[in-house]
Amino acid sequence: MQATSRSFVANARQAMADPTLMKAMGNIKAGFQDKRRATVAKLPEFEALRDRGRAIKDHTLAHLDYYLERYAAAVEASGGHVHWARTAQEAREIILALCREAGARTVTKGKSMVAEEIALNHHLETNGIQPVETDLGEYIIQLRNEPPSHIIAPAVHLTKEQVADTFRANHTHLAADRPLVEPRAMMDEARQELRARFLAADVGITGANFLVAETGSSIIVTNEGNGDLTQLLPRTHIVLASIEKVVPTFEDASAILRLLARSATGQEYSAYTTISTGPRRPGDKDGPEAYHVVLLDNGRSAMLGTEFQDMLRCIRCSACMNHCPVYHSVGGHAYGWVYPGPMGAVLTPTLIGIEEAGHLPNASTFCGRCESVCPMKIPLPKMMRHWRERQFDRGLTPATVRSGLGVWAFFAQRPGLYRLAARVGAAVLGRLGRSRGRFTSLPLAGGWTRTRDMPAPAGRTFQDLWRERRGQ
Amino acid sequence: MSGREQILGAIRRSLGRGPLDPSQQADLDSRLDSRPRGIVPARVDRPQPELVDLFETMAREAAAVVRRVPDFASVPDAVQGFLAEHNLPAELVASPALAELPWAGRPTLSVRFDAARDADLVSVTPAFAGIAETGTLMLPSGAGTPSTLNFLPDTHIVVLPSARIVGPYEDAWDRLRARDRVGEGGLLPRTVNLVTGPSRSGDIEQIIQLGAHGPRRLLILVVEQGDWPGS
Repeated sequence: MQATSRSFVANARQAMADPTLMKAMGNIKAGFQDKRRATVAKLPEFEALRDRGRAIKDHTLAHLDYYLERYAAAVEASGGHVHWARTAQEAREIILALCREAGARTVTKGKSMVAEEIALNHHLETNGIQPVETDLGEYIIQLRNEPPSHIIAPAVHLTKEQVADTFRANHTHLAADRPLVEPRAMMDEARQELRARFLAADVGITGANFLVAETGSSIIVTNEGNGDLTQLLPRTHIVLASIEKVVPTFEDASAILRLLARSATGQEYSAYTTISTGPRRPGDKDGPEAYHVVLLDNGRSAMLGTEFQDMLRCIRCSACMNHCPVYHSVGGHAYGWVYPGPMGAVLTPTLIGIEEAGHLPNASTFCGRCESVCPMKIPLPKMMRHWRERQFDRGLTPATVRSGLGVWAFFAQRPGLYRLAARVGAAVLGRLGRSRGRFTSLPLAGGWTRTRDMPAPAGRTFQDLWRERRGQ
Repeated sequence: MSGREQILGAIRRSLGRGPLDPSQQADLDSRLDSRPRGIVPARVDRPQPELVDLFETMAREAAAVVRRVPDFASVPDAVQGFLAEHNLPAELVASPALAELPWAGRPTLSVRFDAARDADLVSVTPAFAGIAETGTLMLPSGAGTPSTLNFLPDTHIVVLPSARIVGPYEDAWDRLRARDRVGEGGLLPRTVNLVTGPSRSGDIEQIIQLGAHGPRRLLILVVEQGDWPGS
């Protein structure tokens, strides 16, 4: 996927001027925030589980080499195969070779953000293999030739009218005048279309929410049952997972699963948690004959030991973006690459470079909601600040910001001068704005006043008012 | 150097250390073997009969239908009753493991014991365990329990002995590990499906619809007397 993160500002402006998008984004509050709050309230242990989850992931990351080796040995012992891919390109090549080995013409796919990260569909298509997305949202955006705009609800940016239009344009073998008004009808149509694809596919590719070192098992969590059919029906099942997905035991996976669905969709537990261990066994009447795992590094190992290591705890629940005012305002596509919202603002620069994705860690007011809802307690605002510091150190920050920060730093290091300047500024602005109480335009503050008024200051500085108050 | 060695080497370099020494490895081995339990929610801290009630409540909350039947012999009746209520055909595909139930007493039901095919509308399968914490079924695959039955038909009926209902997920895993001697050379089944309510999707405008790709209806028959053979 060609990143457009460099154009974040223009992307965002365009998104906010799109009334259909704004209508669709309005569904997130009831769809995600309210449900999460209600379900979390029913589990008094939720806070303690967050600490537990964080500790499990920190322990695993500190011994990641050990757990990956144990995991890989257990996969082989259960009759599966493990392939190690350092880069996106290696992963694409391994998967293509496995598909060819299986004589595949079509592959079904469970929803996988790592597959988006390595642009797998494009690679398969260019090589004559048809990938079919089976998650309802992913299927809709595949028909529209769009990337996902959310990590668990890929079509959250669309209204049902847009989905209906997409189905009419693509399912041309169906009666053109069929009613397609309610989501129910659209889902039934997709179910029917995809059922045939499930049965015809030669290879099924899924991601993994967890890899369990104890038994060499992969775990996927779905609500539709699509990932489950994807890995159950074809002759070959390929799991594509990044290396930080490993956990030691099912006890550890269970602890984090208690956080996942509640944080993601506000469910107590997702409809399907499916655990796979190797290929079909003697006597089994169904299941794949071959089971492969592609373990992808793609920059993760380099995050260990840095100020971005905590990001590797992420379980891709989407709570951060569901609660992010910036994400709500601009939608996922504005972020310009695979991972949107606060987790994307931290992760994207590590994967495609801060030169490319520098806007993303700046697209935050540091309100802190993302960190407060993150089930793995990832300090997202702090890591966005680290990216801003790196940008500044490498001279990537725009000249206007640099000079503004320079001016501020000059005064901040000279408290007497700072007080004097603040007093003069507050007095002047206070007098100028006394009649209206606000400014509709101000020199050097166009970025603020273009979209909202600047309140006029009270005429005296906070420090002066505070000193006076304390003096009483 | 292989991709594997390069990735493991990169991990160790970033962590600022070489391979773990034998005593560190032994510590990690023992953590894997002892499988420490973390926090188990207090809601499952109650006697077994009350866990059955909790299971029922939570499964219903997840949009499953739960009915109690006195014993295994009553299962075919309950199945037929449910199908009639919902105007469903009396044709079933069932797990071979359920062949011993007295289906013959209900000659109007036509039952095939096999994996599921696309055209099958109703399936009946046994549950290895029920997890009261969230009303979740544990359905391991095996020669007698093909997993296509859990996903392809529109209506899925699950037979769950009440003795099989445990509190937290961890208890169900312990039971399955014990059955298959996992950790003593045995393997987990090829797949284990943890099922909580019927299939659903909220991908269109965040409005939940049941029956996305899997079953639209999930009926759980809780059997009050008896247990599966071999337990």
